[in-house]
Amino acid sequence: MLSPDLRREAEALVDRYPVGRSALLPLLHLVQSQDGMISEDGVAECAELLSLTKAEVGAVATFYTMYKRRPLGRHLVSVCTNFSCKVRGAQEVYDRVSERLGVGHNETTPDGAITLEHAECLGNCEGAPVVSVDYLNHECLTPEQALELVDRLVAGEVPPPTRGFPSPGIRPMSHRLAGLGPVTARPGEAWVVDTAGTPKPGAGDEAERRGLRARERAAAGDSASGPLHDGADKGLGIGSQATPGAAQAPEGTGAAQREAEKADADAQVREAGLSADEVEEESGYSARESPTNDPGSEERSSYPDADPRKQDLEADRPAGDRDDSRLLTDRRAAPDGIADTPQSDELGDKRPPEADRETGTYPGGDTTIRSGTGGGEDNDRDA
Amino acid sequence: MPEPVKVLTKRYEVEDAHTLDGYVRTGGYAALRSALGSSPEQLRQLVKDSGLRGRGGAGFPTGVKWGFVPQDTGKPIYLVINADEGEPGTFKDRELMERDPHQLLEGIVIASYALNCTRAFIFLRGEYLWPGIRIEQALAEAYREGYIGRDVLGSGVDVDITLHYAAGAYICGEETALLEALEGRRGQPRLRPPFPAVAGLYASPTVVNNVESIANVPHIVEHGAEWYRSMGTEKSPGPKLFCVSGEVVRPGNYEWPLGTPARQIVEESCGGMLEGRALKFWAPGGSSTPLLTAEHYDVPMDFDSIAAEGSLLGTGAMMMFSERTSVVDAVLNWTKFYEHESCGKCTPCREGVFWMAQILERILEGHGRIEDLQTLDDACDNIFGRSFCALGDGATSPIKSSLKYFRNEYEQLIERGRLPQEYAAHAGVVTDNSGMHRPSQLVRR
Repeated sequence: MLSPDLRREAEALVDRYPVGRSALLPLLHLVQSQDGMISEDGVAECAELLSLTKAEVGAVATFYTMYKRRPLGRHLVSVCTNFSCKVRGAQEVYDRVSERLGVGHNETTPDGAITLEHAECLGNCEGAPVVSVDYLNHECLTPEQALELVDRLVAGEVPPPTRGFPSPGIRPMSHRLAGLGPVTARPGEAWVVDTAGTPKPGAGDEAERRGLRARERAAAGDSASGPLHDGADKGLGIGSQATPGAAQAPEGTGAAQREAEKADADAQVREAGLSADEVEEESGYSARESPTNDPGSEERSSYPDADPRKQDLEADRPAGDRDDSRLLTDRRAAPDGIADTPQSDELGDKRPPEADRETGTYPGGDTTIRSGTGGGEDNDRDA
Repeated sequence: MPEPVKVLTKRYEVEDAHTLDGYVRTGGYAALRSALGSSPEQLRQLVKDSGLRGRGGAGFPTGVKWGFVPQDTGKPIYLVINADEGEPGTFKDRELMERDPHQLLEGIVIASYALNCTRAFIFLRGEYLWPGIRIEQALAEAYREGYIGRDVLGSGVDVDITLHYAAGAYICGEETALLEALEGRRGQPRLRPPFPAVAGLYASPTVVNNVESIANVPHIVEHGAEWYRSMGTEKSPGPKLFCVSGEVVRPGNYEWPLGTPARQIVEESCGGMLEGRALKFWAPGGSSTPLLTAEHYDVPMDFDSIAAEGSLLGTGAMMMFSERTSVVDAVLNWTKFYEHESCGKCTPCREGVFWMAQILERILEGHGRIEDLQTLDDACDNIFGRSFCALGDGATSPIKSSLKYFRNEYEQLIERGRLPQEYAAHAGVVTDNSGMHRPSQLVRR
């Protein structure tokens, strides 16, 4: 469950958009900022906030790479291995870091310090190879510099990135991604929006704002009677949106405060129940047994001569031996932690008006938008 | 010979250009004041006259796109800025937002006014946290000073801008997938028609524009369509940010008029290819554009000249690779990227790219067969044009073009089972940043 503070922020997010459902991606970032992953509880709470089913929220959560289904460590280290970085040595950086940390792609070190991933193009090719820590980029790293970076992260220091500020951790940065502005730590509590000294942009007098809101609601209501009704009764956010930024950005944070933040992030890792053993258990693979086990790089490799078109003929191999079976299952399996999402046919009358989209009452004559395509969220193979 | 220009990058060396003070001091928001003195119709006509073509990859004329929006439906009109820059090799929008966020905001306010839109969204890729923070700060300042919000600069025009972080999906750079994601759904493309101009966000008329396209707008308003047309070619006017990466001495963003030869950009701005590494192949506009070779080094970088060579200008992300780099290795890397990023909606793309990556991997591991090349070619033909969006088409580009120009290398690799000795592992870290005019943006406090 979201803490009371986060719950208030979540409601503000829903109010920010003309149609509430638009807040789903930010809401999931908010869930991740508290739980370090997209938790079952978080999915349920988003579903409740937006009058969606858990299956619909789960379908969205499993689509996007940045939403993790296993608890993140204190920091997320992403090594870009796309070709402009690779040609400058990124593969070596990734391999060495992976070896040093003893974890592979999307795995977390036993002490809960770092989750490692190899990332697709991070859009910083002029500084190849790029390693990002909690989405703040460190450019032009040799393998040795990258090792030093992760060593310091493990030791609890955060070296400054090329641009930006030293990250206080992936959880507060996930909160930042919800678009609610700067965050500060309150000891023992979740990260909250720092509203001190924040201007209220566009905050006209309340009556005026209501008038604007009513106009937009009327307009959206007309165009969205039915399928888009899901946000119409939530109040339309225009003019009432939360502060998109603030004068006090966290880069001003003093060293002492960073210390406190780090300690707090540590505490959160502990609070989230991520003792070292559990992290390892959660992560599914045993990091100690196979220190360089990296599904991204090892899959399929033990079968150099397998013709991909003939995999079916190899069904009698032991399951663990069939690389492709794992890959295919991964692509189609139920997501961890969201496995109990209800089947869509069990939803009955709990379905929100959203479902009308399928029946083609989409306004503006565009009933074809979804026809025959099975709209991702409903027939989705992840649910 | 074209000269480098400083339009979009004119404030890149101003240390505080990302603040409102720095922006206004260097002439910022003057275009907005003058735009508010014209009518929306005049502004739309001005952008149309300027010949500005979309900088996101397709090169569709921005003014024409604006003209498609019906003004009389009674529904709100939305402007969505596509800042989901994910194309491998592309980093122009990132730097633009980091260094000069107000330029984008000014463009958005002008475009919103021109479109009679009161609500704009910036759809930013989630990994762009630092550019996002810069935009948040810029938004806060601009709201406070009345450049955005209710009654912009006392003109009676309302424009609200919402920054929306996405969550890591390349496909959301496709405009209909972007709208799905912005509506809180899986980012899968929609069938068109209806086009977003008629039924986009919340089934309302919507314009989706790239960051760089919109950043051009204040300059067009300030200096006029004729000035804009004085740069570039007749059919591709204006300046363009070229993101050069790969095996060049100084990778980075460089602004040149459209139509500048690739060789000139690489040699004058980037210091040429790395020593001992002559150009072998390059992508002119990101990995989704067909590869070109050293033979095409002098091609003018504009939409039509590149198309005449069988490729696309795309985002202007020039990735340059040398004779010491294996094209098959590059193609496998990109194909795995498309495999990971395929949204899974259309079978040809979802399955086809998956199998192509397997075949390429097998070839690189030394277990390829000569008939694999035909299989790859057939697979490309069966993916191209058979999916909702251009992701599948883009995935076939590197494979098709490498088979066209470097079939030899594939055949040798299949025969020998390994890459020849002269292929180096990699070129090493980018070291020469001195000429890149990239002041450290570390916050000093």
